[in-house]
Amino acid sequence: MTPEENFMRKIEAEEKIEPKDWMPDTYRKNLIRQISQHAHSEVIGMQPEGNYITRAPSLRRKAVLISKVQDEAGHGLYLYSAAETLGISRSEMIEALQSGKAKYSSIFNYPVLTWADIAAIGWLVDGAAIVNQVSLQRTSYGPYSRGMIRICKEESFHQRQGYEAMLALAKGSPDQKAMAQDALNRFYWPALMMFGPHDSESAHSQKSMEWKIKRETNDDLRQKFIDQTVPQIEVLGLEHPDKALKWNEERGHYDSSDLNWDEFWSVIAGNGHCNRQRLEHHIAAHDEGEWVRDAITAYNEKKKAKQAKAA
Amino acid sequence: MSDAIKAATLEYATRLGDDSVVLGHRISEWISYGPFLEEDIAYGNVSLDYIGRARMFYTYAAELADDGRDEDDFAYMRNDREYRNLLLFEMPKGDFAYSQVRQLFADVYYTVLLPELLQSKDETLSAIAAKAIKETKYHLRRSRDWVLRLGDGTEESHKRTQKAVDALWGYTHELFDMDATEQLLADEGIGVDVSKLRDAWLQRVTEILTEATLTVPEDSWEVKGGRIGYHTENLGHMLTEMQIVHRSHPGCKW
Repeated sequence: MTPEENFMRKIEAEEKIEPKDWMPDTYRKNLIRQISQHAHSEVIGMQPEGNYITRAPSLRRKAVLISKVQDEAGHGLYLYSAAETLGISRSEMIEALQSGKAKYSSIFNYPVLTWADIAAIGWLVDGAAIVNQVSLQRTSYGPYSRGMIRICKEESFHQRQGYEAMLALAKGSPDQKAMAQDALNRFYWPALMMFGPHDSESAHSQKSMEWKIKRETNDDLRQKFIDQTVPQIEVLGLEHPDKALKWNEERGHYDSSDLNWDEFWSVIAGNGHCNRQRLEHHIAAHDEGEWVRDAITAYNEKKKAKQAKAA
Repeated sequence: MSDAIKAATLEYATRLGDDSVVLGHRISEWISYGPFLEEDIAYGNVSLDYIGRARMFYTYAAELADDGRDEDDFAYMRNDREYRNLLLFEMPKGDFAYSQVRQLFADVYYTVLLPELLQSKDETLSAIAAKAIKETKYHLRRSRDWVLRLGDGTEESHKRTQKAVDALWGYTHELFDMDATEQLLADEGIGVDVSKLRDAWLQRVTEILTEATLTVPEDSWEVKGGRIGYHTENLGHMLTEMQIVHRSHPGCKW
């Protein structure tokens, strides 16, 4: 059996591919693209939520939010490590992010304007991420699959907290309820876009499905999310943003409006509300941290030299 | 508990809560601004610990006040003139060296203060101290490591760190001031006599700064006033941001 045949045999037998196994170059590249994009999304996602840490309306909510953003940084770390097993370094990935070569989830290019947006992100954005990530627990690459299993546990917790925060608003004062409705109206659509373009338009989908990097299609995952969100909106007592939403008995799913794909491609192209701000923030923090990183290197070298001298 | 002691304990718990919330808030400002991802996580940890302490102190204060207020009323419904935190903690985050030096001063302070508070006859204060001691040990390990690396790193990091030490030194004297309220509680075995802690603090700080090749400043200036609500201009801005959402929706639950 050639290495390639053995690789395909493993994929078909649902065996995991591990870092030292032979794999096609395009499989490797495809995974690096997907995992690093996922890592960057976690890291950039810290910004819109971090934006409300200093303004959280209660000490309990402040603590919950800090701990959530901290989890995201942790997810970024696992995912960078998972990508590193494929032979790319974290600094190369960061450079690709900062130069715009690597993408991150477009959802984080939408502005977080009110406290309810924080709740909506936890509920809808983490909710959509989980639908995708649950599916990725079965991905063919071992380190990615194991990372997803770990991340999903924490994301489910975030989603429950987000929904609970939304519920507090929806059942609160008229102002709070209006804030919740406004956040739902703005974040519902971009959350649906998180699943990516229609399968017919998706550049990487086919090969990724064949290699079992992706296990379900964009449109199937999106449908799952649409269906699960309907009763959640009902419990909140809010209006569903999609006026065309209708149960389809035959399909056993909700039919819904098509998305604004012009907006989707425009945000991906870098022209959303916050694309520039997010990258500038990341670059500025990274640049400002340079003297700190230099100091560590210098300190460690001095220490090593001292030890060498003593020995 | 006599009325005088109860009132003094309420004031004391509020002060300790103010110290924690203000420092915790300042640390949280670093999240997503750190020099690398691991530091964002570390800042999150330290900040969470302080916000947690604030909640415990305020909850106790609310219990003593017994007037229907809760922890959030203490944090969100008091103005800067009513806040009683130490000035050191309200200073803006500054650069990485500035925040780490401030943290070192704070961590050494709590390292000497908390074991004393643990001995308090007041069970609640003692229990809070017990919880905080363990975390403080970790915080100190981190801020000490950072000050060593920054002080003895590059020329630039050394310069920035020395500058931070010099800029913050004059705010550390207040950490060891006593007033009538705290004296009463110290005499009763409830509060800590912080005036007795400066020597131990100075010794630890001097050891660390010296190892970091930094110079311990002369005691040539001091600025004080946090415990009587005479703050720097920084606190008003910090509270404006912190309290805006809460105060925009009076009486709401979150």
